[in-house]
Amino acid sequence: MEFLQPTTWTEALEMKAAHPEALPIAGGTDVMVEINFDRQRPAAVIDLTKVAELEEWGTENGMLRVGAGVTYSRIIEELGGRLPGLAMASRTVGSPQIRNRGTVGGNLGSASPAGDAHPPLLSSGALVELASASGSRRVPVREFFVGPKRNAMRNDELIAAFLVEPTRGPEQFSKVGTRNAMVIAVCSFAIALDVERKRVGTGIGSAGPTPLAAIDAEEFMAGVLDESGLWERPADVDPNAVARFGELVAAAARPIDDVRGTAAYRRHALAVLARRTFTWAWDERRRSA
Amino acid sequence: MKPKLPPAALMSGRVGEPVRRPDAALKTRGDFPYSSDLQVDGMLWGATVRSPHPYARIVSIDSTEARSMPGVRAVLTHDDVPGKKVYGLEIPDQPVLAIDVVRYWGEAVALVAADHPEQARRAAHAVRLEYEVLAPLTNPELALTENAPRLHPDGNITRAIKIRRGDQNARADVVVTGEYEVGMQDQAPLGPESGLAIPDGAGGVDLYIATQWLHIDRDQLAGVLGLPHEAVRLTMAGIGGAFGAREDLSMQAHACMLALRTGRPVKMSYSRAESFVGHVHRHPARMRYEHGATRDGKLVYVKARILLDGGAYASSSTAVISNACCFAVGPYECPNAIIDGWVVYTNNPPCGAMRGFGSVQNCYAHEAQMDKLAAALGMDPVELRIHNAMKTGSTLVTGQAVDGPVPVAELLSRIKVMPMPTAVSGDHLDLTQMPGGVSNTTHGEGVRRGVGYAVGFKNVGYSEGFNDYSTARVKLAVADGRPRVEVHTAGAEVGQGLVMVQAQIASTVLGVHDVVVLGADTQVGSSGSSSASRQTYITGGAVKAASEAVRDRVFALAESELSGLGRGGSGESDGWRLESDAIVSADGGVVITLATLLGEEVIEETREYRPRRTSRLDGETGQANAHMQFAFAAHRAVVDVDVELGLVKVVELATAQDVGKAINPQAVEGQLEGGAAQGLGLAVMEEIQVKDGVIRNPSFTDYLLPTTLDMPQLRMDVLELGDPNSPFGLKGVGEPPAISSGPAIVAAIRTATGREIKRVPVRPHDLTL
Ligand SMILES: Cc1cc2nc3c(=O)[nH]c(=O)nc-3n(C[C@H](O)[C@H](O)[C@H](O)COP(=O)(O)OP(=O)(O)OC[C@H]3O[C@@H](n4cnc5c(N)ncnc54)[C@H](O)[C@@H]3O)c2cc1C
Repeated sequence: MEFLQPTTWTEALEMKAAHPEALPIAGGTDVMVEINFDRQRPAAVIDLTKVAELEEWGTENGMLRVGAGVTYSRIIEELGGRLPGLAMASRTVGSPQIRNRGTVGGNLGSASPAGDAHPPLLSSGALVELASASGSRRVPVREFFVGPKRNAMRNDELIAAFLVEPTRGPEQFSKVGTRNAMVIAVCSFAIALDVERKRVGTGIGSAGPTPLAAIDAEEFMAGVLDESGLWERPADVDPNAVARFGELVAAAARPIDDVRGTAAYRRHALAVLARRTFTWAWDERRRSA
Repeated sequence: MKPKLPPAALMSGRVGEPVRRPDAALKTRGDFPYSSDLQVDGMLWGATVRSPHPYARIVSIDSTEARSMPGVRAVLTHDDVPGKKVYGLEIPDQPVLAIDVVRYWGEAVALVAADHPEQARRAAHAVRLEYEVLAPLTNPELALTENAPRLHPDGNITRAIKIRRGDQNARADVVVTGEYEVGMQDQAPLGPESGLAIPDGAGGVDLYIATQWLHIDRDQLAGVLGLPHEAVRLTMAGIGGAFGAREDLSMQAHACMLALRTGRPVKMSYSRAESFVGHVHRHPARMRYEHGATRDGKLVYVKARILLDGGAYASSSTAVISNACCFAVGPYECPNAIIDGWVVYTNNPPCGAMRGFGSVQNCYAHEAQMDKLAAALGMDPVELRIHNAMKTGSTLVTGQAVDGPVPVAELLSRIKVMPMPTAVSGDHLDLTQMPGGVSNTTHGEGVRRGVGYAVGFKNVGYSEGFNDYSTARVKLAVADGRPRVEVHTAGAEVGQGLVMVQAQIASTVLGVHDVVVLGADTQVGSSGSSSASRQTYITGGAVKAASEAVRDRVFALAESELSGLGRGGSGESDGWRLESDAIVSADGGVVITLATLLGEEVIEETREYRPRRTSRLDGETGQANAHMQFAFAAHRAVVDVDVELGLVKVVELATAQDVGKAINPQAVEGQLEGGAAQGLGLAVMEEIQVKDGVIRNPSFTDYLLPTTLDMPQLRMDVLELGDPNSPFGLKGVGEPPAISSGPAIVAAIRTATGREIKRVPVRPHDLTL
């Protein structure tokens, strides 16, 4: 196995161009498991941990641009206030050791339907910045996941960063697992209320071939809030509308039966999570208004 | 040439003192040499070729390509087994390497040794196997039928048990029935199966191995390798847990075969995934129960049908089904009983010993039945249990009268009155205390509290006439000017604290501060297995007996030395005792220090210790004095269930257990906590999921073990009631905590949800859909 270790971003992109088959490794919390389980035998590995650019974050035209190599621990500590949904999701990832090593870039790279960073990135409409030696492009995260553990990245590309607006309203994340910590999602759900644009964002994890957004549910709830002028004057939302929101989230999922749970349970649980997280987010909206 | 092994530490501590285990600091720092760390220069690595089918005929094995690969030193199949080609703890039915047929997914078919582990793994993939795939028999109910394929020459019933007690036609006013199912739990020891075999150049072999019983491994290995016992020497390596998973051979014979064939040391160490097929599991159970009682709540009869899935090979199935039946009713008086049990062969993963050994499965059933009965009678469930509790002199359904303390009612009364944890308050949301934990699934919505109780019991030590004994060698000499005791047994320290207990017993009997417990090996007689909660009793008993023999010689030596000096004579030692490194007289004065008395003298004694004899269950009635000691524990569980999501938070567990005498109270607490955690695991998350004979979750990603956020505080009430028959009055401690803990949790979930739960582990969808 060839081991490539670039120290700058330009060098990393050149190496990837020269070795398109090389597997990038960041925190290694997915890659090393794959190698250990003999599921992957990469001919070459590109270690990205020496590339300082990937570990930076900053703002760009009002957006946050977060390097692919920023770990969950740093998201929680440094960006918790600006990206509360992603920080909540990050707190549920693995154990402290995994959060210290694992990165959002790695989560996007693996593109597992169960990746916990995905639902909050979906609900807040993030972009993924992909780069190659010949240039870079920004793909909406809603178009980034193209199949089970497959994403829109070409094999000469690397993930540079993700871009997202700092929070524009209450956000929540909730994940069901059969253990009270250190568990892969049976299903998960993220919600983000964009108070200025009067939009409701959602993200569903572990209940379909890819992470998904519940678009009908988003439009339905934004409509309900709009019609009754609740965005401006937050008050109780009709419980029937909240229940309907849950149903639409459940309907958007495309779950299967597997070792972690049944499809029927996943749909049932998503409806519960959707109702609860909306209620928590809305309560926060009412408190802050 | 010897690998690095856990060091023999200098220890001190008397019986009854809470003392820290000698390897605690090493383990915490990551310095403890586990068996997976074993290494010597020039060693090869072994790998195992395993069956991808649960049931298939082997058409051909072609190892040509594998043999030609870089670094490969040997590729072996069943043709290369030098001695007996099958082995087994009770029935020799398991091939060392599959012969013509594979009977479970992951069965070992061929072996490879290579210079590097990766080379060995690659070569293992390159062994070409052609199979004729057969339809696997995976339903244990079908295994009982005539038209099922016969997986072994004598049919599919490994053992059937019949217990008949009292009036077979007894009728009762109140009758409750129930069906219960227990899933397959894994012992999940954190240390994978691993060991190092070093050929001695003269045809023999030394094996460094983490196991539960060195001598039975040796006996089986000698057979398989076709060697005399002396040519197969075993030394205990650092162990990372056992819980029953290391009673059968795993890689032992394989590593020895490869070492003898290549003339090189061979190390084998399983991956986590391989470990899941490399050891037996807890038997899944299907149970049907009927309880009859009088209107005032006295049990009239119990009828039970217990079916255990033993998987492809027998392992210790015959003893597990015996326990499951003997204790089917729980620790209650029951004059009439009809118990039928079977353990059958299937093409599922083999099952065998696991902490609780047959008493765990039935406890889920008998305790659910007692709750049902209480509900039917309108009685308090704890009152009903106390009303029927066994006492000293009560007779089991097997006709055995139980002597010694039988504190069933007392244990229940004690857990009943323990203070209750407070309810979660809505003011300060602490997700760690919520069902769903830090995953933020509820802020109180849907959360209902439930409380449940359970009590259980089981046998300590071997049963049904099995020859139970242990051997200890104890040596007393002066080292660095101070007396020092050296204890040598083959008793396997599996994490339970046996090393410390042996030191405490020797130190107490001989009144000597410094004790060293030598590493366990086969250079001393057998200790039996570290299982059945028996080692403190049996090996502790042997250490006590050998220490007493040394003490007698010390007194004799002192008498003769002192009479030589004209200071006493025979009979002088009557009031003497050993204390603080000296002989002390009845009035407390020092007669002579041991350092002075011994000088260069070395006193060494070896003793065997045997508990009371037991006998085999009668084939028609199941009547016998089959067990030598019984241990009891009760648990109370308080749970919060999110009834909309089906997620469970065990808020608190409380337990009362009679340990007879706590030799090392710190270790006792560890057993009570660890056992309860394992019980909790089976109740709410731990399950090997098998579909069509294939394990679907052979990793810790999806075989979930409880974390610290799942396992709550354990309130403990440790009783020391003293058994008149055992050394120091002690009782086996290790298994009872794993028996009633889970059933108490399930009872609490039933109260919280109002659902009739028939199956464990309880899954979220069982509570919601
Ligand atoms: C014990 C344990 C618990 C876990 N628990 C969770 C959990 O609760 N939730 C969860 O979502 N995940 C969990 N994971 C999975 C893993 O930690 C996450 O997916 C993590 O985000 C991976 O990040 P990493 O930096 O370690 O990625 P790596 O393992 O280094 O890489 C993962 C993938 O991304 C690719 N990659 C990495 N960086 C780049 C880049 N800059 N450009 C292009 N491709 C790249 C790699 O080639 C690889 O395909 C767990 C893993 C373990 C071992």
